[in-house]
Amino acid sequence: MPDIPFLNFLYKPRNELEKGGRAFVPAQDIEKEPEETCPNCHRSFPKSTFEKQLFTCSCGHHMRISARQRIGFIADRDGFHEMFRGITSADPLSFPGYGKKTETLRLSTGEDDAVICGRAVISGEECAMFVMEPSFLMGSMGSAVGEKITRLFEYALNERLPVVGFAVSGGARMQEGLLSLMQMAKTSAAVKRHSDAGLMYLSILTDPTMGGVTASFAMEGDIIIAEPGALIGFAGPRVIEQTTRKTLPEGFQKAEFLLEHGFIDAIVPRTEQKETIASLISMHRPGNTEDTDDGDSV
Amino acid sequence: MATAYDRVRAARQSSRPTSYDYITGIFDGFIELHGDRRFADDHAVIGGIGRLAGRPVTVIGIEKGHTAKERVYRSFGQPGPEGYRKSLRLMRQAEKFGRPVICFIDTSGAFCGVGAEERGQGQAIAESLYEMSSLDVPIISVFIGEGGSGGALALAVADRVWMLENAVYSVISPEGCASILWKDASRAEQAADHLMLTADDALNLGVADRIIDESDIGSEDFFERIRNDLSHELDVLSADGSLAENRYRRFRAFGTYREREDAAEQ
Ligand SMILES: [Zn+2]
Repeated sequence: MPDIPFLNFLYKPRNELEKGGRAFVPAQDIEKEPEETCPNCHRSFPKSTFEKQLFTCSCGHHMRISARQRIGFIADRDGFHEMFRGITSADPLSFPGYGKKTETLRLSTGEDDAVICGRAVISGEECAMFVMEPSFLMGSMGSAVGEKITRLFEYALNERLPVVGFAVSGGARMQEGLLSLMQMAKTSAAVKRHSDAGLMYLSILTDPTMGGVTASFAMEGDIIIAEPGALIGFAGPRVIEQTTRKTLPEGFQKAEFLLEHGFIDAIVPRTEQKETIASLISMHRPGNTEDTDDGDSV
Repeated sequence: MATAYDRVRAARQSSRPTSYDYITGIFDGFIELHGDRRFADDHAVIGGIGRLAGRPVTVIGIEKGHTAKERVYRSFGQPGPEGYRKSLRLMRQAEKFGRPVICFIDTSGAFCGVGAEERGQGQAIAESLYEMSSLDVPIISVFIGEGGSGGALALAVADRVWMLENAVYSVISPEGCASILWKDASRAEQAADHLMLTADDALNLGVADRIIDESDIGSEDFFERIRNDLSHELDVLSADGSLAENRYRRFRAFGTYREREDAAEQ
């Protein structure tokens, strides 16, 4: 520890000992817990520390997580019932390498494609939910993703449920050509129908949400919130830099930038999302007036 | 036979008629209406009202310009958010007054830049797709040159999509595709073969409904033929009592995917 006690708050522990953690436990008695390093502040913590904070760091950084992890963080215990499983990409253009790539990804991720859909209960509130999967071709939208999201909005319309959707995507999936592009129109039309029936859609943008997904259902929510620091935009920053040959402004296309420019409603840290989502759903439930304790009740 | 990339080259030729040529060649008494009522007037999009064989219609076109000077003025036919917001403003106006909408599409894609992002390029396109999907008047979109991705689709959530013989429509430019696939933009020709971006491909995929012969492109006969075809098609669409429903079904049907049996369980 530094010698000057009142500067301790400036001090970042360099190891477990300095953190005062497991200093006196003999090394052979504990199983060495795997550590993870924050890509933002480069500090390392035991994996369980990150897990407790839903893979966010005390520096504010939100790590990329899988769709299944996210569902675990947001839905109640046994509160997620998956739907439309088994819809997978075909290879309509016989695009070089695409068939093989998706086959490999299905095995490595255990997912059918880049989105998981289902009916969810979040702190007791019912909704239809979709969560995109970043490790499947960066969450890109081809026919399977478009079909599943469309079916979810149609299901929610029939069941009169709100939709909660987590976007993470590089955009439309190049390998399915025009059919991927058409998914932008298809999902947008489904969102519109759901909305016209007076139902609520809460869109949550996570890192990154780009291209054809930003330019369709991700930006069509009644309420749009984002995770801190998420990259959100249409054209990718590298493409813009190459095209304009200019250095991009600090924080360009980050969630905070979008909030400042009026394109999202709020930035909500991952640890507070469950509560925020449940409150928003409850305030959109038909005829929902909460009993309050004020007034003349005894 | 023309390769896919030959079509791309033809679609990009600056001598090709642009939206402005189509508007003056096809419609009578066109009056241009400017601005998005929010921020600016995007010169890459021309919009207004004119008569199609007597019937008042709203016309919107993405304009590239011919000369170097015009092209700069028109942002090379790459609309920013203001262009899409102007287009949507005019579409809503058309709906209010029961006017059909005719769009001409010719863009390499939406404008790519810091300002466009700051003012919500993605949101502007999304809103256009969202609103067009249920607009209660007939919409016909004609691809006259390049149809670059979301920037083109934002004017093409239509009841009918027609393409000139040498027009192309693609999710990504062949150059962009080649640089992602092989880290080599010069292999665009090869990439074009894979993307299914020609008018024939779009017709086969059901994305386009009709291919317009362009052997006499730019001539009076050419524009007269398109005028007659548009007018006839509007008669058909105007008689359709479930226009928005049919448009929903049209776009709902796009997609090729596999489905295992357990997918239906809920
Ligand atoms: Zn950190």
